[in-house]
Amino acid sequence: MHLDNPQQLIDWHDKIIAKQKKIKKKILVCCGPGCLANGAQDIIDKFKTVLKEKKISGFTVEALKETGCHGFCEQGPLVVMEPKGLYYTKVKVKDVEDIIEQSIKNDKIIDRLLYNDPQTDKKIERYQDIKFYSHQKKVVLNNLGNINQCNIEDYIANDGYQALSKVITSMSPQKVIDTITKSGLRGRGGAGFPTGRKWATCRKVESDTHYVICNGDEGDPGAFMDRALMEGDPFSVLEGMTIAAFAVGAKQGYIYVREEYPLAVVNLQKAIEIANEKGLLGDNILGTDFSFNIKISRGAGAFVCGESSALMKSVAGEVGEPRAKYVRSVVKGLYDRPTVLNNVETFANVPIIIRKGASWYQKIGTPKNSGTKAFSLVGKVRNTGLIEVAMGTTLREIIYDIGGGIIDDRPFKAVQTGGPSGGCLPASKLDLPVDFDSLNEAGSMMGSGGMIVMDDLTCMVDVAKYFLGFLVNESCGKCVPCREGLYQLHALTVKVSEGKAEEADLEKMEKLSEMVIIGSLCGLGKSGPNPLLSTIKYFRDEYMAHIRDKRCPAGVCRALITYKITDACTGCMACIAPCPTNAITGKKNEMHVIDQELCTKCGACFAVCRYDAILVS
Amino acid sequence: MVNLTINGRIVQAKEGEMLLTVLRREKIDVPALCHHEAVEPFGACRLCTVEITKEDWNGYSNYVTSCLYPVEEGLIVSTHSPKVNELRKTILDLFLARHPNSPEIRQLAADYGVFKTSYETVVDGNNCILCAICTRICDTMGFHAISTVGRGHGKEVAPPLHQVPPDCVGCLACALNCPTHYIEYTFDNNYLTIWDKKFELMVCSRCGKKTITKEFAEYLSKHRDIPFSYFEICDECHRKELAATMGQITSWEREA
Repeated sequence: MHLDNPQQLIDWHDKIIAKQKKIKKKILVCCGPGCLANGAQDIIDKFKTVLKEKKISGFTVEALKETGCHGFCEQGPLVVMEPKGLYYTKVKVKDVEDIIEQSIKNDKIIDRLLYNDPQTDKKIERYQDIKFYSHQKKVVLNNLGNINQCNIEDYIANDGYQALSKVITSMSPQKVIDTITKSGLRGRGGAGFPTGRKWATCRKVESDTHYVICNGDEGDPGAFMDRALMEGDPFSVLEGMTIAAFAVGAKQGYIYVREEYPLAVVNLQKAIEIANEKGLLGDNILGTDFSFNIKISRGAGAFVCGESSALMKSVAGEVGEPRAKYVRSVVKGLYDRPTVLNNVETFANVPIIIRKGASWYQKIGTPKNSGTKAFSLVGKVRNTGLIEVAMGTTLREIIYDIGGGIIDDRPFKAVQTGGPSGGCLPASKLDLPVDFDSLNEAGSMMGSGGMIVMDDLTCMVDVAKYFLGFLVNESCGKCVPCREGLYQLHALTVKVSEGKAEEADLEKMEKLSEMVIIGSLCGLGKSGPNPLLSTIKYFRDEYMAHIRDKRCPAGVCRALITYKITDACTGCMACIAPCPTNAITGKKNEMHVIDQELCTKCGACFAVCRYDAILVS
Repeated sequence: MVNLTINGRIVQAKEGEMLLTVLRREKIDVPALCHHEAVEPFGACRLCTVEITKEDWNGYSNYVTSCLYPVEEGLIVSTHSPKVNELRKTILDLFLARHPNSPEIRQLAADYGVFKTSYETVVDGNNCILCAICTRICDTMGFHAISTVGRGHGKEVAPPLHQVPPDCVGCLACALNCPTHYIEYTFDNNYLTIWDKKFELMVCSRCGKKTITKEFAEYLSKHRDIPFSYFEICDECHRKELAATMGQITSWEREA
């Protein structure tokens, strides 16, 4: 059915709601990347076969939903049963029949599949009661985990496309821009530029055509928020882009997705086709004279192509190198035309703001940082996964309430935000509210939303070395301060990690960092030294330990550590086979010994020892 | 026209002009290695960075590459402020670590007081400074035979897939404009070899002198509307012919 006017959309919405009301019970199987990797597809298939075999009254395959990421990746594969919110974790194919027999047919709870709260050691039945969920504020991720990934009916049932309909029937482009400006929405890609202002500038530039681009080139190590949105709720991104196009006067849009997200590419493509078919995208949207088309442009895995000007070059088929932005892309962007480029999450926020109003949105978060922010919470926290919190939530709430604290109750050491452009914040900054300005002030940045938590077994020199090494390879290589400067900074961190650095090298690193920051062409270079500078700022002692005492306090830097076997050794022989260089010798029930000459300090023995008999020093 | 202050002196410039163009016109010595009048400004070497501010910026200043910065009314430019000099020194120091054997880099670094790099010398650092003048000029000429390949510290200039470039016509524009003379080429009898591709040279039908490559002549006659026969005679012989023609015309005029 092609929608020829806004009324038809309303009628369709009502029809879908009436149909869905008949479905009393729903099974939601999370098909986010984490759950899929753990076999969610097999679980879906099994559910389908079992449901076919056993006809259950009042329950059909339609009530089985393949949803986007539900968030709690750590506990996947996840199966949620609505309306109660009954929540099963680490589900396996063999559990499927049980779930149908007991939980669907007889409304019984299967104890073994429930989530066990590690702090209270109690089983929790509903996901809403789990701390990981209860401390979150879901706005932009609300559809994820609730609706079928590429099903437009589900999207419309959850008020999808109401915003677009409202915009083209009752709003002028200027009014759309004013609403977005009033909402205080800032770009979720990292820098936090006010979205309304960006659109307003672009609209004002006279040109034969304008472009709208969605940046889905999420490249920060450990970040997967945009991926989850593109895979699990592609229509929200399309709707947001279409509204942006209406506001700035664009007819053509592009979604730049990295090729490493194959499912995102497939789902977005599917969503574009469906939206086109329904008259919600393409020529004469909802029967009006507003037309907007979207094409997918796939990135080939270069981190730098997430930078807006490099991304536009890549879309145009040129080498993905940034250009100087003395003339901004809103004035002269893709094919030298005025271009609005926003991140996936920014676009996904737009329909919600239009639907619920700028004042509603403004009330979430803090005055200068309204709304929510999605994060991928990873690292040494108990609960890893995809989360969304109101702006201004403190790091402590995120790490200890949502994240459940540090694994094995080890001490918290640092949290890394903003990927290779961000920095590491220490325990003294745990009460920092998470928003664009506070993070910048503290020497880190919001970035697109990666949040990596580190415990005392993480060496901060090693962290800086990792991120610099990443950037040495991922710099586009065009300008000298970034290409050569980051290379030398990396070489200097290697020197520190090997205990070969002198105190003067620390000052040298800081000086070179300053030059890389003022001299580099684009944001990648200008923010590249951040991981280094923030770790020097907050963990100077650790650098000094490497330099002065030739010691790595966290026991990470190989050149500075030794593995020794202590009296606690029971002679179980478990460490002998994993040693790749046969450096460990010993007989059963006798204490083993590591030959230091042969030891490569790979840590394999340390990882397998059950008696904490291996000492790193 | 716009008015700007450069190193304390008021200077006029045309609207839309890039700052570096104005600096060069005013004979202010600002180094630049990736700048070439034949191609669009690029902003890779960062040596032409200058410090800019304006009266109403409340003391804030910014560092911009003058090659890419369009002039603005009221701009206050310092081309050799302490920070700018420090940046240039650092860049040349980094260059010296990567290209320790390039005479051009060594000279420029010495001009800024850098005689030995303070960083780790890069093993296998060749003399290509990745200014991309060669690839950009090749694009401008219309060949697109070479490009920068890869990214990060391992980026390099190369033909597609590191094979003999099918689109190269041996025009030599890349090699002759390379600021560090890195691109190698050899002449051997009737042949020119560049990028591992061997080209037959045209021979002047009058004096026997070797001129441009046959492929280049064919390209020019096809795409620039010049008859191929024009390239069968060398430049000198063309000029000799021109002198003879001019002499003829003069004598006709005298007779008339």
